[in-house]
Amino acid sequence: MVDQSIDLNGLKLRNPVMTASGTFGFGEEFTDFMDLARIGGIIVKGTTLRHREGNAYPRMAETPMGMLNAVGLQNKGVHYFKDTIYPRIMNFDTNILVNVSGSTVEDYVETAEIINELTHIPGIELNISCPNVKEGGMAFGTTAQGAARVVEAVRKVYKKHLMVKLSPNVTDITEIARAVEASGADSVSMINTLLGMAINAEKRKPVLSTVTGGLSGACVKPIALRMVWQTSKAIQIPIVGLGGISNAIDAVEFLLAGASAIQVGTANFIDPAITPKIAEGIVEYCERHGFKSVRELIGALETEGQQPSACLTDQKCS
Amino acid sequence: MQNYKSSILDLELVETLALNTQYVLMKFHHEQTLPAMEPGQFIQVRVDGSPNTYLRRPISINFVDTEKNQLWLLIQLVGDGTKTLAATPIGNKVNMILPLGNRFSKPEASDRVLLVGGGVGVAPLLMLGKEIMEMGLEVTFLLGARSSKDLLELDEFSKYGQVYTTTEDASAGEKGFVTQHSILNEQAFTKIYTCGPKPMMQAVSNYASKKNIECEVSLENSMACGIGACLCCVEDTVDGHVCTCTTGPVFNIKKLKW
Repeated sequence: MVDQSIDLNGLKLRNPVMTASGTFGFGEEFTDFMDLARIGGIIVKGTTLRHREGNAYPRMAETPMGMLNAVGLQNKGVHYFKDTIYPRIMNFDTNILVNVSGSTVEDYVETAEIINELTHIPGIELNISCPNVKEGGMAFGTTAQGAARVVEAVRKVYKKHLMVKLSPNVTDITEIARAVEASGADSVSMINTLLGMAINAEKRKPVLSTVTGGLSGACVKPIALRMVWQTSKAIQIPIVGLGGISNAIDAVEFLLAGASAIQVGTANFIDPAITPKIAEGIVEYCERHGFKSVRELIGALETEGQQPSACLTDQKCS
Repeated sequence: MQNYKSSILDLELVETLALNTQYVLMKFHHEQTLPAMEPGQFIQVRVDGSPNTYLRRPISINFVDTEKNQLWLLIQLVGDGTKTLAATPIGNKVNMILPLGNRFSKPEASDRVLLVGGGVGVAPLLMLGKEIMEMGLEVTFLLGARSSKDLLELDEFSKYGQVYTTTEDASAGEKGFVTQHSILNEQAFTKIYTCGPKPMMQAVSNYASKKNIECEVSLENSMACGIGACLCCVEDTVDGHVCTCTTGPVFNIKKLKW
């Protein structure tokens, strides 16, 4: 019997598989296809202080082994979440985390305060990395100072698990991760989508209404893995890895690279029943390799005899 | 929002009919009774063996043959995904999520019903026409295409109602667009259902608005998940941005801002 449980700096997960914000609705959309009690947690759709209509259609472009989205945080605001959605989902048998976004530090703080009062929500994922909104979002997540400012402010009012979602659209993600850790985050999740673009050559026009959008899906996995591995050398708080995970072996790779748990995103669109299969597949991997606990996989990458060629933080390029 | 249950099923391909170089009719069978599916709903099909096809493809339910327990899909060969799907060998299984989305509303017993389709957009009107005929109402189909070879399933449509056609090149029926057909002047319809290219649906919608006729359209916004999770397929409506996959694909034109 493989022990699948994960203690994410106090947040107890029955297994390391969670769902990524914006790819799993509020969980309700998936109950026809899977049992939420078979995964470690869900991160519900990005929530802001006030109602947002999001960006204009078209918001999606299919790309080789992936997709671009430009949804732009469409949501009905935290009060609607609290009054209407929360009562419907609060008794789901899994950890429900709310992804929180904002345009100003004050917005983040006020939203977090409201969610802090919801007893069945054990944590939030602070979104400082959305590439699809004009102000706020990624603006906070692309500098260490900006990230520190919003995390410190939210930490003062938010008493439960504070996960911070990092943007890959930066020169050195470890610098942001350190700032977030120093500001009181309990964990980081990484990576959010990569800024990308699609063009319709026949029409000589961009595909997306916003011209650029966030790239996700299997194509981003190598970048996400590299960033998780780099960051795991730089911070002590746990990492939740995501980016293109489509099966159990992908998930195991993130754990080996140093993630303590993982999120499944775009793969939910292709197979809405994928997440319990990934959880089972991780167990099967552990059995096959003689691991008694999934925790033994975390950071278990063996690099002896292999020299990192990339110029990593704190290492001089030569 | 949803009052139906969706399933992920592997259906066996039993027949592929090439209607012309652009369109195929694929018939799928399932060993267990197929879930209840309603006119206007769609499925999300997974296309294996096509490297450029990452997401599922949303496809209208063309018809459900309850006697043979078969699902029919009418497919236009647009890109790698649909071409690979159409080339599936007979006997292979294809993975689908079904059914998805809402349905066309049922007409009142007093309604005079017109079903307007264009190109591959005729697909959902076949099952709808059958249902309306079985309600005891007269069904009139008005089907438009570029040319006679693009008029699809005419023999099937004629089983359930009177079929009128238009073609842009005058190779069949009246020349021109559906909204120019003489039947519109000869009969007073009270409910119009339409599916096809957006400019056609907009023209039909404008016609219906002017004549004060109830009208429902089926939109084909590009989708990722098909189940209301990704918020990519939104349509701008009087209720704000709503998902075409769950609030639609069928909309009353009074809800649309186009």
